[in-house]
Formats: sequence, structure tokens, C-alpha cells
Amino acid sequence: MEFILNNLLTLILFTPLLAAVILLFLPSDQDRLIRWVAFVLSLIPFILTLILWFEFDQTLPGFQFEQKKVWYSALNSSFHLGVDGISLTMVLLTTLLTPLAILASFSIHDRIKAYMVLFFLLEMGMLGVFLMLDLLLFFVFWEFGLVPMYFLINQWGSEKGEREVWKGKVIPARTYASVKFMIYTMAGSLGLLLAIQMIGAVSGTFDIPELFVSWNSLSGTLFGLPVSVVKSIAFWAFAIAFAIKVPVWPFHTWLPDAHTEAPTAGSMILAGVLLKLGAYGFLRLVLPLYPDEAKYFAGALAFLAVMAIIFGALASFGQDDFKRLVAYSSVNHMGFVVLGIAAAAFAYGTQDAHIALNGAVLQMFNHGLSAAGMFFLVGVIYERTHTRNLNDYGGLFPLIPVYGGILIFTSMASLGLPGLNGFISEFLVVRGSWPIFTIFTALAMIGLFFTGAYILKGIKQVLHGPLNEHWVGHLSEINAREIFVMVPLIVLMLWIGIWPSWILSVINNAVAMWF
Amino acid sequence: MQFPILSIIVFTPIIAGLLILLIPAERKTEIRMAALAAGAIAMLLSLWAYFSYDIAVGGYQFIEKYSWLPALGISYQVGIDGMNAPLVLLTGIVMFTGVMISWGIDDRPREFFAFLFILATGVFGVFVSLDLFMLFFFYEIAVFPMYLLISIWGWKVTREYAAMKLTLYLFIGSVVALVGALVMYFTSGMGTFDMLALENANFSVTFQRIVFPFVFFGFAVLGGIFPFHNWSPDGHVAAPTAVSMFHAGVLMKLGAFAALRVGIMLLPEGAKFHMPWIIVLTLVNVVYGAFIASVQTDFKYVIGFSSVSHMGLVSMGFATLNSTGMLGAGLQMLSHGVMTALFFAVVGMVYDQAHTREIPSLGGFRKVMPLVAIAFIIGGLVSMGMPGFSGFIAEFPIFVGLWNGQPAWLWNGYAWVAIIAAISIVITASYIIRIISRVFFGQLPSEFEGHVHDVATLDKVALVFLSAIMIIMGVYPSIIVPLVQSGVDHVMRLLGGA
Repeated sequence: MEFILNNLLTLILFTPLLAAVILLFLPSDQDRLIRWVAFVLSLIPFILTLILWFEFDQTLPGFQFEQKKVWYSALNSSFHLGVDGISLTMVLLTTLLTPLAILASFSIHDRIKAYMVLFFLLEMGMLGVFLMLDLLLFFVFWEFGLVPMYFLINQWGSEKGEREVWKGKVIPARTYASVKFMIYTMAGSLGLLLAIQMIGAVSGTFDIPELFVSWNSLSGTLFGLPVSVVKSIAFWAFAIAFAIKVPVWPFHTWLPDAHTEAPTAGSMILAGVLLKLGAYGFLRLVLPLYPDEAKYFAGALAFLAVMAIIFGALASFGQDDFKRLVAYSSVNHMGFVVLGIAAAAFAYGTQDAHIALNGAVLQMFNHGLSAAGMFFLVGVIYERTHTRNLNDYGGLFPLIPVYGGILIFTSMASLGLPGLNGFISEFLVVRGSWPIFTIFTALAMIGLFFTGAYILKGIKQVLHGPLNEHWVGHLSEINAREIFVMVPLIVLMLWIGIWPSWILSVINNAVAMWF
Repeated sequence: MQFPILSIIVFTPIIAGLLILLIPAERKTEIRMAALAAGAIAMLLSLWAYFSYDIAVGGYQFIEKYSWLPALGISYQVGIDGMNAPLVLLTGIVMFTGVMISWGIDDRPREFFAFLFILATGVFGVFVSLDLFMLFFFYEIAVFPMYLLISIWGWKVTREYAAMKLTLYLFIGSVVALVGALVMYFTSGMGTFDMLALENANFSVTFQRIVFPFVFFGFAVLGGIFPFHNWSPDGHVAAPTAVSMFHAGVLMKLGAFAALRVGIMLLPEGAKFHMPWIIVLTLVNVVYGAFIASVQTDFKYVIGFSSVSHMGLVSMGFATLNSTGMLGAGLQMLSHGVMTALFFAVVGMVYDQAHTREIPSLGGFRKVMPLVAIAFIIGGLVSMGMPGFSGFIAEFPIFVGLWNGQPAWLWNGYAWVAIIAAISIVITASYIIRIISRVFFGQLPSEFEGHVHDVATLDKVALVFLSAIMIIMGVYPSIIVPLVQSGVDHVMRLLGGA
């Protein structure tokens, strides 16, 4: 126990790797064995995170459970781990969603071993981003997560669908989506990589807490330019890399493709956790490293966020593909996260900023739950009908009442119905941003209206209206395993909606200290 | 007297090569076994030398010195420091794995291995030589067998052309460098070719500035520097697999290393003066090489041009003339050597089965050779500088070195070089992804159905071995960084601590 507590973060970070290695040694034709071993192993990081959650002292400021070992001596980079309230929430989200996603993948039959191994590597990459307090290793894990995701989309993505690329050449849609995802994100990270190199070259260290001090106290000229200009450029390099990942309008175009083509569990993790990496980057790095620049450009960021909210909702409303509809809803919901961050950047240190940031972090967690749930539900019906076209469904409620109930519940959480989790976080963001960006927030309300519209459209097309006779007798009800995936999500949605203070107190502690 | 480990490493291959020639030609298995044994000995000894090098003491170790031609001040002198120890290890690794994947060579394997081993001796010799004359001596030994290996065992379509082109390029380069070296020998007035002595020769600044380009470019031709890179993709493609591995994996490092050892270390003032414009050439290497690689349709040409691009990063690291950049260059030499050896091995395996290297006509090879696909993906990730693999820990310091760079004149910092060079990362990612998805994924063309098979066990061992090195380096850089850093410190002292 002593050992576990002393190395808790290292253990959380590397148990997925260990799980991947264990899976490698299982016989590849034993599908059942691999599935269950993977599921059980994926519970270990979750249990460790629960220990972390209860051992975490909410009253202490700063990072806890810190560990530091030299990794790359010549660059003065060290393996430095630590959690505060923000990263703790994200780690909980990651380790919670991974077992559920693995459970959701039980219907996969093709090369299940490689699939599970990639999934664990993906989990490690995401956890590394949330846990690292070293800029270089932050980037290492940031990039590393791309690789498993690329292969998950490229190899296990939906088999139907083609995309025409230039010169009339037709390639499978999943190839198109995975390459777009990879190249888009890598190109976006290029500026981040260069900025990180520059910061390291200037500061001589990659340790994030140290950089908060040394990088901010820099003055004079760098590379023949005033420091403020260099910082502004570096700010945008960071901001664009993270904005692509969030994604903020107009950098979101990779997302609908990647989400739509990814296997169900991949979409769950993509929407549930990967998008949070971008928002987390803003919170952990951009705001503390560039407070002045962030304040200066906060208006622009808020504008982009409002655009994401409105256009995300409108685009979502315009979709006929159920999965694409849910994918665009992510753009819409993540817009609120960015709006909260922008408001906080503008009014650093005020009460309103704190409220907005609390809302933003909680919205990250909530969107993780509801988006994962929605994608899973889309996957459930797709597996049965082999279509995602909303016009092919219709009036399915009498055929699959349990599924219908769960779908409506999750949709309502996503919509922001009071009493469920989405309402709390969106309200906090709006309440915090209103005094800071009144007009933008008012515009975002329009977006919220369309959120209602597309969610109701989804429900209506699938469950209500005239029954599509084609499905009578061909559609089976959601099974026990699938319900089991949804139960933790539903419980959390309800719990946060009714009594959010258990998680908000953890978030607020970190927010109050940093901002 | 201490155990002459370096001499044994240098001469094991050539002696083994000569012994192999004594084995009757038809006893192919014995020939191969003997070759493998020699490769194993060389690799184990270089591993031993690598790990028993004492970083705390630093400097040149395992030094051996015998007078060779005292009248001219030539002596056989060898030693390793942090800069060449990884390269010796690299040569051992490539030699060992090269033998493993050449197991299937059926056309005169005896002569093939003999020439390959003469080549290996030349390469080992250049890396460990501390005497300028001996360095040239081994350098020519390394270049000559290359000609025969390519023109006899190479790809039938271009082998004569490529072998001729390669040899002429390299000979011209070495002649130019030799002229520079002779000028240094006479001007120093010390009557010695001992490089440790020449390091303290105090050449005048003007002299250094005039001679430096000759020496540097003479060797850098072999390092594939733009615009003299042209021989290398042709040479890579025409060579048989094991020779390509040697060629891209080790020989190109030979050029970069000699340019450092003779050019930068002996003529530091010249280096400071010329590097600000040479860095532009290396930038062209990096970006242009990546672009050219991305439009090739021949699998092997893609890898050939990617080597040009990646070797550009090595010269770029040297050109920064600061500690971080040099460190990155040192690491990149090892990382790229292992990576490209793996690439060429994979290309060879695919070609042996498919008898074509045209990317559009390949596909679905992961189904028949899953391990090869995984190995190529790992190499590809190294190539695109993906964190967690050796490419990242090598390229990152090169870029940091650029950000830290303080050119002697011409530019106000190298920040713009870093920004432009970063483009190559995305280009590299795009062509690697293209190969992965076109060659290894997708549908296996029907004409290959039943005709292509998985590779032999020895091939797999070689691939796993190479992949493991890249992952270990990437995850745990401390295994190599302090060693290379100690070598870089020596270079930095010669450059005036800058």
C-alpha cells in the first residue's frame, strides 16, 4: 500500500502499458479471453484513480503526488508527474471511459488483440498528457496518442463509405478520415513543437512549474524581436495546436470525418477524452504561460468559441447521418469550454472568471460522459441496423423501449436539461462569461437553442414518427452488456446534475489557485 | 599491455572475410555461419567497448598507438570517445543484422561476404582512427568494395550506372579532402598526421577559413550534403539489401563523422566562418529531400531520399556549432543508422517476395508478413520524429540547437531555419503514412495471392533487434545521451567553449 501511494501516478500511467504487454502474450485466436483480460486489466487504472481521488487533499494548493526523475539530462527535462484538481478530474474521466469503451468493443471480431493493445497505448498517451509536468514529455505523450488512434480509425473504422479525393480518385472513407486526422493534428502540433523548442532553448528547462516563473519574468529581446512579440507568436502556436484538438471553429473539419469513421469505442474515447486534451492544454499551459497574451487575444478566442457553438449546432441540425450529428454536437459543446476559458483569460482573477472556469472544467467532464454515451448509443443501433441514416429509422420506440429510454435520457443530458449534468456546467460558463463577454454569451444562447433543435431532431427521427415497418422483427433490444456500459454514465450524469459539489470542490480548488 | 579491443574490432571483419574466401564456394551454409560468427564477434566487442567506456573520465579511451611510417609521422593510432563509440556500435549492429538478412543470397555468397567484410573493416577503421593518414587509408578501403558489391550483386537495371556514379562522386570528394589534409599536414610544421596533435596546431584564422570548405565538403559528399547528394539515392537503390543497409546506415555517417572529425574539430575557426551559409544547404537537404521522397513511386527511392533528408539533419546539427545541436547530430547518426538499416531490410524483404518495388502495385503485405509491417511502422514513426522513439530524442536537440544558434555572421540567429525545417516533419509523416497504407494495408493484389510468404526467422530476429534499439533509445535516452554529451564536450572545447 505504501508503495502504491508513493508511486500512484507512475502506476496509473504505466498500468495500461503493462496491460498492453500482457495482452501481447495471449494467443490471438482466443477472442473471449482477450476481451475479458483486457476489460479486467483496464479496471486497474480506474481503481488506482479512485484511490487517488480519495487520497487527494482538496484543501492543499498546488500539485500533489509529485514525482520527479531525470529523463533527458542534456535538455534538462525530467519525468515529472503531478496532479491538481483539473488534471485529477480528467484522469478520472479517462480511466473511467476506457473500461467502458473496452466493454463496448466486445462486438469487435477482427484482430481483437491488436485492437486492445492499441487501446491501452491510447489510454497511456492520454493519461501522460494529463499527468506530465514537463513540457517535453507533455509533448511526447501528446503526439504519441495520435498513433494508436490513427490505426484504430484506419483499420477498425466503418467499412462502408468512400470519399473522392483530388483527380477523381476514390479512397475508402476511413482511410481518408484517418489520414486527415493524423496530418491535421501533426501539422497543428508543429507550431507547438517549435514553440516548445524555443521555450526550452530560452529557459534551459522544460519543467512546467519552473517555467510558470521563469518564462513569465522574461524581458528584453529574443532573436532580435521584443519578448512580447515572440510571446504573441508562441501564444498562437500553442493556441492553434490546442484549438485544433478541441476543436474550435474553423479548425474542426477533421472531427466529423474522424468521429464518423472511427469504431464505436474509438469515437467514445475520441469525443470523451481526446478533445479534452486540447482544452486541458489551454488550462494547463496557455493561460499560465501567456496571461498577458491570453488576455489580449481573449476576445478573438471568445469569438471563435461562439462561432463553434452556433455553427456546430447548425451543422449538427443539418445532418442526416446520426453519427455525424453527434460528432458536430461535440463542436457545439466544446465551444462552451472555450468560451469559459476565454472569459477567464480576459478577466483573470475575478469571481466571474472563476465561475466560468469551474464551468469550463466541469463541462469538459460532462461532455466526456454524454458524448461517450451518445456515440455508444449510435454504435448500438448501427450494429443492429447497419445504417446510420436518420431517414432509415423512424418510430422505433415501441420496438426497443429500453434503448429509447436510455437514448432520451442521454440526449437530455447532452441538451442541458436542468437536473442533469450538462445544465450545471453550461449554466456556470454562461453565468461566468455574461459579465465579461455579454454579447458573445448572448449569441451563444442562440446556439443553445439550436442544440435543443438538433437533439430533438435526433430523437424524433430515431424513435418517433411513423414506424418504419422494415425493422419489425429485425431489431433486437439493447443487451445486458450494453446497458452495463451505459449505467455508470447515466448514474454520473444524474449525480452531477443533482449534487455537483463533490466534483466542483475539487475543480474549484485548482481553479482558485491558478487563476 | 591492455587488451587491443579496437584493433580486434577493426580487423575481425577483414580476417573473417579472408578466411571465408578459403572455404570452398559450394559450402554455402558454412560460409554463412562463418559470416554470422564474425558479425556477432564484431557486434559483441563493440557493445563491450560501448558500455565499458568510462564517461566520468572522458576523452579518448582504449587508445592503441604503433608507429607505422615514422619518417612521415604516420602512426596507427585508434581510440574512441563519446562521439564515435555509438558509431562503432552502430557498425557492429548493421554488420550483424546485415549478415542475418543476407542469408538468402545465393549468388556467390562467399565473395559477397568477403567484400562486405572488407567494407566493414574500412568503416570501423575510419570511426576509430586518430591519425589523419589512417583515416584516409580506411576511408578508401570502405569505398572500393562498395563499387564491386553494387555492380556485381546489385539491381540489374541500374547497377553499373549507380556504382560508377557513386564511386566517382566519393573518390572526387575524398581527393578534395585529401588535398586539404595534406595542406594541413605541411602548414602545421609538426610533421605528424596525429589528429590529437593537430588539434593544437594553432592554424591561422585565414588558413582555416580557406582550407575548411575543401575538407568539409570533401567528406560531406559521403554524408549526402546538397547539392552533392545525387549519388546516394541511386546507390541505395541499386545496391543489394545488405549493402543498402550498410550504405545508408553506416557509410553516410562516415562522411558526416569525418567532416566533423577533420573539418570542424581541426579547423574550428573555418567552421565558425562557413557554417552560416552551409546551414542553408543542410536546410535544402532536409526539406527538399523530404519533398522528393514524397513523390517517388519506387519504394526504395522513397527510403533513399528520406536518408538524404535525415542526413541533412545531422549536418544541420553540426552546423549549429553548439552543444545541443551537436548532441542531436550525434544521436541522429545512430538513430538514423538503425532506422534506415531497418527500412532497407524491409524493402528488401518485400522485393524478394513481390519482385517489384512500385508502390501502387503493392498492397496488403501485413497479411502475409505481419511482423515486417510492424517493424516498418516502428521505423516509420522514428522517421517522422514521433515522440517515444529514437528519432524524437535525436531531432529535438537539433532544433533546440538551432533556436540557441549564434551564427558568427550573416544571420541573427537560426530560428528561421528551425521553422522551415519543421515542414519536413509533416512531409515525412505524409510519405510514411502513404507507404504504410499502400504497401502494408489495403488489399493484397490477386497476382501475389499464394506467391508471397512470410519472411525467414533470421530476418524476423534482425527486425526485432533493430526495432528494440530504436524504442529503448526513445524511451530511455540516458542510455546514450551522457556518452554522446561527453564527446560533444570535447568538440566544444576545440570550438572555444562556445
